[in-house]
Amino acid sequence: MTAAEGRTALSIRGLYKVFGDSDLEGLELSRSGQSKDEVQEATGAVVGLRDITIDIAQGELFVVMGLSGCGKSTLVRCINRLIEPSAGEVWIDDRAITGMADDELRETRRKDLAMVFQHFGLMPHRTVLENVALPLEIGGVARRERRERAVNALELVGLADWIASMPNQLSGGMKQRVGLARGLAMETPILLMDEPFSALDPVIRRDLQDELLALQSSVQKTIVFITHDLNEAVRVGDRIAIMRDGEIVQLGAPNDVVLNPVDAFVREFTQDVRLHGMVTAASIMDSSAEALAGPTEDRYVVREDAVLDELVPAGLSATQPLQVVDDSGNLVGVIPLQRLARAMVSDEAAAAIAAE
Amino acid sequence: MDQQSGRRLLLPLAWLWRLIASPKAGQPLPEHWYVRPLAVLGIMLSFLIAYAVGSDEVPIDVGRDVGNALDDAVDWLTSNVSWFFQSIKDVMTWFLVSLEDMLLWFPWPAFIAMTGLICLLMVSWRMAFGSVAALLVLAVFGLWPATMETVALIIVTVTLSIAIAVPMGIWSSQSDRLDVFLRPILDAMQTMPSFVYLVPVVAFLGLGNVSGVLASLIFAVPPAVRLTNLGIRQLPAETLEAAESFGATQRQMLLKVKIPLAIPTIMAGVNQTTLMALSMVAIASLIGAGGLGLKVYQGLGRIEPGNAFIAGLGIVFLAIIMDRVTQALTRRQQEAVSGD
Ligand SMILES: Nc1ncnc2c1ncn2[C@@H]1O[C@H](COP(=O)(O)OP(=O)(O)OP(=O)(O)O)[C@@H](O)[C@H]1O
Ligand SMILES: [Mg+2]
Repeated sequence: MTAAEGRTALSIRGLYKVFGDSDLEGLELSRSGQSKDEVQEATGAVVGLRDITIDIAQGELFVVMGLSGCGKSTLVRCINRLIEPSAGEVWIDDRAITGMADDELRETRRKDLAMVFQHFGLMPHRTVLENVALPLEIGGVARRERRERAVNALELVGLADWIASMPNQLSGGMKQRVGLARGLAMETPILLMDEPFSALDPVIRRDLQDELLALQSSVQKTIVFITHDLNEAVRVGDRIAIMRDGEIVQLGAPNDVVLNPVDAFVREFTQDVRLHGMVTAASIMDSSAEALAGPTEDRYVVREDAVLDELVPAGLSATQPLQVVDDSGNLVGVIPLQRLARAMVSDEAAAAIAAE
Repeated sequence: MDQQSGRRLLLPLAWLWRLIASPKAGQPLPEHWYVRPLAVLGIMLSFLIAYAVGSDEVPIDVGRDVGNALDDAVDWLTSNVSWFFQSIKDVMTWFLVSLEDMLLWFPWPAFIAMTGLICLLMVSWRMAFGSVAALLVLAVFGLWPATMETVALIIVTVTLSIAIAVPMGIWSSQSDRLDVFLRPILDAMQTMPSFVYLVPVVAFLGLGNVSGVLASLIFAVPPAVRLTNLGIRQLPAETLEAAESFGATQRQMLLKVKIPLAIPTIMAGVNQTTLMALSMVAIASLIGAGGLGLKVYQGLGRIEPGNAFIAGLGIVFLAIIMDRVTQALTRRQQEAVSGD
């Protein structure tokens, strides 16, 4: 979690969004602690977001997830004010986006906030290149530079050969690559992605996730990534926020969310995630003093961030508890073989041990 | 009119005005418990009033007075602003005459061949063949000059219609107020019987082709306004949202995204406008417009229905050719823009 410790690039403070004619009334009720359903019952107003506060670090890939209708799209759109928040603040560095006048907001959208959409939002009357260059055109970038940046971005997503095609000649995965290239070409420090891969089939989705991670390791953008798929969230996210009815119910590192769900709702969510890739040596080791003092076998040393799958070979041939060491080689705990076997039986058992 | 009947008139007018002038027109009445009983009571009351006053006649009649006042206004305009109408007429006449001269200067076989070629490239060989045959028929029936005059009239009418209608449609797509304001006016332009405005048009502009163009304009402008407006309003929200997220200004939004995306619908409007203009050709001849319409009119006047029919057929031929060509244009635009 090195990124999360960095400078805060995007800060959301006490954000509310209430839809409907009686939105002010609804906001009052929501503020006074009433739930989404109660507010809707009383005023007819729909609570989209309720008291959201998040600090996102420079270079962090922050995932927001939750069921359909929980307010994910509303949250990203409040960041660039495609949806006007009812209350609260959004800050980029030391500038409050909420409270900006129209021209200042436009400037910020051009320079700081790129966005990638679930249904791509490509302009059917423009070629791939012209689509990627459109935001730059709108931002007043000179023709030559526009072209250069657009071509670079298209190369980055592997579409250099499709520059002159029209969007309707592309497959869904390719269209989303164009959408991604368009966001990248804007060269903004922040990238907002609203379910960018949800419309794609699983294989292409995985490819694009890999591509995004590869890109992210080189360009280090601050990314807000929306998804309703926890596997995707765990795969790409530095931190995950889980939303329900417009509120954040849990916020933490992926393995934290998966291994220590705060309530039944989150647990239900996390059930389907394959835990073997998530449970680490550190999460199931015994670090009590008597365990550390006990007998171990020197040949079977594992690193503390090794995942369960990596522990299996050592576990099969060892006869004594495995040694767990940190980055600098210090012994931090041991894993009794019995405990390892139990953790491997099922995801639930592993989670139970991790929670001990 | 006495005070009481005046008041009786005002209340419903006020209601109607609110209904029409509110930008959210078309919304259902507010859902209060008293709305329905009130409506029922209102209707019962109207029967009572009718019974009390006697329902054979409406107690007041201002129709004639208003009509007379309008007549006076038209008289005043013709005698005092004639210089204005005269200059419009001069400019348009010049355009029409030049265009017609140009079309007639063009050798008729070349014109037919070119029409055939356009149809071949844009529509189909079948249409190309049909259009050549149709134009040849008109030529050998001695209708060539009349056909060219009609083509000139249509070109001018359609060009003017688009010059007025497309900006108007774009503007009303950006303003709900203007949209609500224009809608009844467009309805009126399309449903008002044309004979009603033929006479004032003649009063302003005299008999001739220019009057014909103006009368046709009234009928030809509305569909293009409507379709332009609709085309822009119905664009997918997702596409517009994307453009907005890039920091587009209203102007950039309109020029770079909305109008290009609405072109197929705007083209459909142009197609409608062309057909409307053609449908007015015969009526326009009543106020001095020439061309095929005049041939129809003359044929009927001389009780020569055969000749009138042939000239009428010429109008149909032109309509079909222009319709197919503009439709093909629309389809091409649609293909270029469809299937994001
Ligand atoms: N324009 C609107 N007017 C009224 N209510 C709205 C509007 N937009 C969203 N909502 C409501 O706000 C809530 C959150 O919607 P939102 O689109 O943010 O959900 P989501 O989490 O993105 O869902 P999905 O996964 O389906 O995209 C929903 O209850 C929705 O009905
Ligand atoms: Mg959504």
